[in-house]
Amino acid sequence: MPKITYKDNQGNSKTIEVENGLSVMEGAIQNDVPGIDADCGGSMACATCHVYVEEKWLDKLPKAEDAEIDMIDMAYEPKKNSRLSCQLIVSDELEGLTVTTPEKQS
Amino acid sequence: MKKTDTVIIGAGPVGLFAVHQLGIKGLKSVVIDNLDKAGGQCIELYPDKPIYDIPAVPECTGEELTKRLLEQIKPFNTEFFLNERVEEVKQDKDNWIVKTNNNNEFLAPNIIIAGGVGSFEPRKLSLKEAEKFEGKSLFYAVRNKELFKNKNISIFGGGDSALDWALELSKFSKINLIHRREGFRGAPHTLSEIKKLEKDGKISIKTPCQLESIEGETNIKSITLKFDDGKTEKIKTDIVLSFFGLIMKLGPIAEWGLNMSKKTIEVNSENFQTSKQGIFAAGDICSYPGKLKLILSGFHEVALASVECFKRARPNEKYRFEFTTSSKNIQERLGKK
Repeated sequence: MPKITYKDNQGNSKTIEVENGLSVMEGAIQNDVPGIDADCGGSMACATCHVYVEEKWLDKLPKAEDAEIDMIDMAYEPKKNSRLSCQLIVSDELEGLTVTTPEKQS
Repeated sequence: MKKTDTVIIGAGPVGLFAVHQLGIKGLKSVVIDNLDKAGGQCIELYPDKPIYDIPAVPECTGEELTKRLLEQIKPFNTEFFLNERVEEVKQDKDNWIVKTNNNNEFLAPNIIIAGGVGSFEPRKLSLKEAEKFEGKSLFYAVRNKELFKNKNISIFGGGDSALDWALELSKFSKINLIHRREGFRGAPHTLSEIKKLEKDGKISIKTPCQLESIEGETNIKSITLKFDDGKTEKIKTDIVLSFFGLIMKLGPIAEWGLNMSKKTIEVNSENFQTSKQGIFAAGDICSYPGKLKLILSGFHEVALASVECFKRARPNEKYRFEFTTSSKNIQERLGKK
């Protein structure tokens, strides 16, 4: 199973094996990784699973749909490398992905 | 103080169907919600998105579902208290006293919390210094347009609220419309109106940039923007309007002494009662083994909770299970006779 690393804004990190097909958000929720709220449960309606993706991964990930970009407008302190973790589906290609959670989600 | 059989907290689909399940059993209820309209997440987060898993409704939007539920509960003439948040819940013998932030008080043997993920509140600016200007020269909603006449106004956001208010307030004020990226997601028609006004010098659009700082003592004097290319710009500003949508906050519910796990309320799946007798929780906010956060699960949960509500509200009557197809009582309550 691909390993995904979740960092918080203090630099603490946790690396977890996440099953292919789950989202990066689900990987966090199921393993009690703090910093990702996912209030809407993954329906791309709330922007509380917002993460910053490590720069080198930006181009390797499938591009964000318009609806995701629109929703990121609502996120806490969005940046160029902002994504919604509910839209990042884990696959072998994502082995080693590192995401950082913002200071807070709301 | 208003007396009723059940206070329902939350006017989302589950809260609305609770009115129905209580109503057909002859119980009165009131509904309280922090939003200005019924529908909860369905109306606030995805009014236009299709839902495919409502039994016997192959496809409907969040808005349609809300409309239909409101139609279904019309016969019960239920009173709604919107734009109000429940602040306090207190026990009074076998009853509960519920107080809202609008100073309404209710007395009822039952409370059904169908609060979803909590109440919707505007997402606030993350800058520390923003807080002291709130309500004076920083606003998250426009309640009285008069306050915004002949001013320098900086509006943040890329959605319809930001675009609509930029257009409206540009009639009598100078507007800066500020967004973190070049694309706006608001209605294209509004955007083209705004582009016209930009040419006439009535509105200036600042993108892609974010708020760097706010300057001023008691009132805002100026703001500084930081553009993606690293440049900064200081803009004279009297008023900041920020439209970054709504977030959900559990709020005071966490302080009512109920057993909670993460941000949900623990219930038993027999009658969806919480750790306190007479307080029930249903829909996304409740948790029990096997819980699914589906609208249809919430419908089931309030159906069962309403039976226990009946027993508590009518302790001297025996509860009789009845079908809507055959019960004269129910049909009368629905005005069908």
